[in-house]
Amino acid sequence: MSEKQVFSRTKGLTGVPFHYCPGCGHGVIHRLVAESLEELGVLGDTIGVAPVGCAVLISSYMNCDMQSAAHGRACAVATGVKRALPDRVVFTYQGDGDLAAIGIAEVMHAAARGEKITVIFVNNAIYGMTGGQMAPTTLPGQKTTTSPYGRDVSSAGFPIDMPQVLATLKGAAYVASVSVDTPKNIIQAKKAIKKAFEVQMKRQGFAFVSVLSPCPTNWGMGPLDAVKWLQDNMLPLYTMGELKTPEEAVASA
Amino acid sequence: MKGNEAIAEAAIRAGCRLFFGYPITPSSELAEYLARRMPEVGGTFLQAESEVAAINMVYGAAGSGARVMTASSGPGISLKQEGLSYITGAELPCVVVNIQRAGPGLGGLGPSQGDYFQATKGGGHGDYHPIVLGPASVQEAADLMMEAFDLADRWRLPVILLGDGIIGQTMERVVFKEPSPVRTEKPWATTGTGRRGPGAKRNIVQCWGLTPELLEPICLREQAKYEKITAEEQRWDTFQIEDAEALVVAFGTSARICREAVMQLRAAGLKVGLLRPITLWPFPGKAFQSLPTSVRGVLAVELSMGQMVEDVRLAVNGRLPVRFFGRVGGFTPSPEDVAERVVALLDEIPAKKAQGVTA
Ligand SMILES: Cc1ncc(C[n+]2csc(CCOP(=O)(O)OP(=O)(O)O)c2C)c(N)n1
Ligand code: SF4
Repeated sequence: MSEKQVFSRTKGLTGVPFHYCPGCGHGVIHRLVAESLEELGVLGDTIGVAPVGCAVLISSYMNCDMQSAAHGRACAVATGVKRALPDRVVFTYQGDGDLAAIGIAEVMHAAARGEKITVIFVNNAIYGMTGGQMAPTTLPGQKTTTSPYGRDVSSAGFPIDMPQVLATLKGAAYVASVSVDTPKNIIQAKKAIKKAFEVQMKRQGFAFVSVLSPCPTNWGMGPLDAVKWLQDNMLPLYTMGELKTPEEAVASA
Repeated sequence: MKGNEAIAEAAIRAGCRLFFGYPITPSSELAEYLARRMPEVGGTFLQAESEVAAINMVYGAAGSGARVMTASSGPGISLKQEGLSYITGAELPCVVVNIQRAGPGLGGLGPSQGDYFQATKGGGHGDYHPIVLGPASVQEAADLMMEAFDLADRWRLPVILLGDGIIGQTMERVVFKEPSPVRTEKPWATTGTGRRGPGAKRNIVQCWGLTPELLEPICLREQAKYEKITAEEQRWDTFQIEDAEALVVAFGTSARICREAVMQLRAAGLKVGLLRPITLWPFPGKAFQSLPTSVRGVLAVELSMGQMVEDVRLAVNGRLPVRFFGRVGGFTPSPEDVAERVVALLDEIPAKKAQGVTA
């Protein structure tokens, strides 16, 4: 009987063991990015930009050249890389604190310029690395170490729905919002991530994929409860699906 | 040419093809000039959304192996300090022009040297020094700008050209030098593994080590580099110091004023000389080790409340009295003002007591 191999390690990852907590979404999302780059055959042309946050170590995992940015500045760094090397594939990988708080100017302007980069945005509704403080994406009422009574929108404001904000900008060619809570959604997320790289390779404009992801450690739950919490609380709150594709971007330009 | 434009043109001639900036007086003509020129030479001019973004774009391009620069003035340079710390940490070459204005805060538009501490002592967080060059004329600004890119590449460090409103705004004749054809290889740059030939290893540009075991060796290695730069790159200029009894120390615009003062004093029969640091970091301490024995006292003149004077004191190391004279807020002293202070210095330190006097 001949065996058919259906699953293997992607060449997009170095094989260095991840440091993430059990049930964390970062590992799955890393793999989706790595597989996409491998399938598109561009690993040797790719320069990734790492964030500050739990994914700071992504440079150890991705099997391509990497630069490590200051907190929030990944889109500016990626702009510099892309302008220096316009025919390479350039992506950033950023958490919600990194991108939606300190780095919101950099991402908005990269999108407005139609910077030909791909941005992977990991929304886990919290600051992971620094121990679970409130993020711009923290849900109303959600308890964190800096919103111990639950996020009070009258003083802490409302969560920012980044895909929806960015989709309004003309330079954004592709904007999608996906989740890694179920196998079906993971397949969906992979499609969106791969498409975001294809949009860049066709030089159609700025490409952005938001990925809802669990942070069991800082949500104070087991991995399964975290997935359930994401489904019950985050999926209804954040706009999901493809918000903008290059065809629509051209039509509205 | 206007100083700002000469600096910009020199950058292009030195092979710089990427500029990321954000407008601020009195440096804006530099960006405006490059906005016109970069497209002509196939380069990139990008007006960033802020100085924070601009310096991080510089980081990305420098990490990819390009010759890249940014320019600003005090308030904008303050915003660039985060990026500068990261760039030094990641050991990337780039050139940053600071056409200083009077501070602190929003300050004023007049010439100033009040960013000396910020430029030479690191300015951002952590242990580091950029190389800092202080031109005293438009010609020298253009010459040093060309060299700045070579220095940056050689040492994998940002080089700061520290000018001021007068250097940036004055019109002077400029003859552009031939740029050095030497290009430092950058095998560490992130250009894509597939572009560096089969089996190329991944290049990682980063500046962190999350444990002391990882980070200390990195810091020590960088420190060794700073020591080498200090040994090899000190530059200064002297004017009539051979028999000087009073030594004036000044850089940039204030050095030009002081040179005028020295000529006036010499005409009046006083033995006065000028020592002009060109590299502000590394500070030319060597110049002070071989001063003529005739020198009785030192006067540091700055467009600040007294910043370089601290390095002068360290270099003199108590061997001579050191006095300070500065104007701030955008004022410049006249040569007569400086001359008056030199006379006062000579009166204060009688010739016979010269040996062994300390400040
Ligand atoms: C300028 C600056 N401010 C603050 C920090 C501290 N810091 C490190 S990671 C982080 C939050 C990261 O959260 P997020 O982007 O959501 O990523 P996660 O860890 O959740 O994946 C903060 C505030 C820093 N490193 N630099
Ligand atoms: S703290 Fe949260 S985001 Fe960070 S690794 Fe752990 S689970 Fe993942």
